[in-house]
Amino acid sequence: MNRRRFAAAAATLVAASALPRAASAQAVRGEVVDDAGRKVRVPARAARIFASGPPASILVFAVAPDALIGWTTPFRPAERPYVAPKYADLPALGRLTGRGNTANVEVVIAAKPDVIVDYGAINDTYVSLADRVQQQTGIPYLLLDGAFDRISASLRTIGALAGDEARGEDLATYARATVDDVTQRVARVPAAKRPRLYYARGPRGLDTGLAGSINMEVIDRMGATNVAASMGRGGLVQVSLEQVLAWNPEVIVTTDPTWFASVRRDPLWRPVAAVASGRVHLAPAEPFGWIDFPPSINRLVGLRWLGRILYPDAFPEDLRPAVREFYTRCYHQAPTEAQLATLIATAERTPPA
Amino acid sequence: MTARTAWVTLGAVAALVVAVALAFSVGRYPVAPGDLAALAWSKLTGAPSGVAPTVEAIVWSVRGPRIGAALAIGAALAAAGAAYQSLFRNPLVSPDILGVSGGAAVGAVLGIFFALPILAIQGLAFAFGLVAVALVYLIATAVRGHDPLLVLVLAGVLVGALLGACVALLKVLADPYNQLPVITFWLLGSLAGAAPVDLASALPAIAVGFFPLWLLRWRVNLLSLGDEEARAMGVETTRVRVAVIASATLMTAAAVSIAGIVGWIGLVIPHFARLAVGPDFGRLLPVSAVLGAAFLLLVDTLARTAARIEVPLGVLTAFVGTPLFLWQLVRSRRSWQ
Repeated sequence: MNRRRFAAAAATLVAASALPRAASAQAVRGEVVDDAGRKVRVPARAARIFASGPPASILVFAVAPDALIGWTTPFRPAERPYVAPKYADLPALGRLTGRGNTANVEVVIAAKPDVIVDYGAINDTYVSLADRVQQQTGIPYLLLDGAFDRISASLRTIGALAGDEARGEDLATYARATVDDVTQRVARVPAAKRPRLYYARGPRGLDTGLAGSINMEVIDRMGATNVAASMGRGGLVQVSLEQVLAWNPEVIVTTDPTWFASVRRDPLWRPVAAVASGRVHLAPAEPFGWIDFPPSINRLVGLRWLGRILYPDAFPEDLRPAVREFYTRCYHQAPTEAQLATLIATAERTPPA
Repeated sequence: MTARTAWVTLGAVAALVVAVALAFSVGRYPVAPGDLAALAWSKLTGAPSGVAPTVEAIVWSVRGPRIGAALAIGAALAAAGAAYQSLFRNPLVSPDILGVSGGAAVGAVLGIFFALPILAIQGLAFAFGLVAVALVYLIATAVRGHDPLLVLVLAGVLVGALLGACVALLKVLADPYNQLPVITFWLLGSLAGAAPVDLASALPAIAVGFFPLWLLRWRVNLLSLGDEEARAMGVETTRVRVAVIASATLMTAAAVSIAGIVGWIGLVIPHFARLAVGPDFGRLLPVSAVLGAAFLLLVDTLARTAARIEVPLGVLTAFVGTPLFLWQLVRSRRSWQ
């Protein structure tokens, strides 16, 4: 027996020993085709869903919070108050895909999920990983496309999977209405009134996203001109302060609270138009980021926030009702007035110190 | 020999001056040569330059500190590398052999992990770099009955591996969307954010590390003959070794805390210097420092102008340096030792 055949035999043995787990008491709904075109047999009503990464956790949490069996990472103290304790206290089981696999397959099996859901980019790596885990554990593994335009479809899929089509449909309609409303308002903004925006990440504010980067998906959708798009397409890159000064953006949006706190006192950044006019805005991150990461439905709430920042004339209304509605619908707990005030505080202009 | 050294030093200093002038005149922000000349003139005479304040800030507060940091860090890494190579009598030794880079990486990654401000991240990197080397030295002195240099290197490799594991662990625990890219960028090294305050914190430490090395240059030469011989000539080998390690570590930790991990310079620049002026530490140290400064400045100038994005220094030093070094190696027949 050569090495390859031995490996194949061993894999079959492992798969066979794990198989009884699949034969749970659930009624089988039959085959569904996931977004990667894989045919997967799923139960009629998945009462326990394992989300394989942070984007999937948020998606499942929004539609079927009682079916979610755990998070990938524990909540930080600042994030916890925004999620009802019975959900915030769910165990952290690690992530199964993506960069670095921190979930133990035995832990996944022991958690007895009816189905594993992955939500994000779909490529051959993720497809083969899904096939492999499914074969190894006998648990059906669904791949859902994380593209922003597919949010409503994914919400419906989870609703159907969890046996609550109405809930999935309700959220899908809400998401569609939000996106449509925002898109229509942005479309009416003339090109000359769309500010040039720099997206600052990292502790120095010098990491940014190129055109087409998933980090810029929401910003691009809001029609702002990403100054870094002039450097071409790609992902996250580092730029120099000199480059930012040359771009002289009118608006800066950041995800880094430490940098945000310091930039207004930094003489090196003072010449930048956005800093001089107080148009530097920190995207809220509790319990999940509003504009960038994780790339899931949490970014829906960031659309109106960005609208308010970029086009105050087209988005004149108070942000609070929309934020309250999003949190109540998707995170199942209405934020307190104090929490709302904290969340929307950075949407306002803050002149340099 | 001395004539050759003088020429090499002169050439290196000339290269340095040209590199500085070049670095000041190129960048992503358009600065007219006339403005540059006016600014230099006003700096010399104290007269008002009449240049737009933004351009003045670009030249003196953005390019200036970055050029200064590149010079200081290049000099520090190359000088520390020369010191370590002479001390260990081994041309394959680089400044991170005793764990200073590994320790600094753990410190910086911890700082990023806990979302601390830049100064705290740099402070942690510096402190952890020093602590790592101190730990290695303590382990090496606690182990007796072996060749002390061998034990020191072995302890450095072991602690370095442990620190590498700590960095890996922190990367696994870090937020994959937010912190992991920052950690990756830091580990690749960059001067993109170099500010005057960085220079103010790193320069004193680098200077404090450099002068003892310079003062000890003759003893380091004797050390390179081997412990027995050095002791026979009246050198207190242990003390000299501690002093050299402490000085080189201080310089490297200060450099790495500002720029992140910039590999290659500490390993290879001393070879260039040795090929040019021979192994005498009194010549090797200053020539390494000047060559290292010029090399890092050149590479950093390339890093901020070659593409519109910043190219990581750790990547560029190797890409630029390796062919240069191979060419020099083939060309030169000068002896290694």
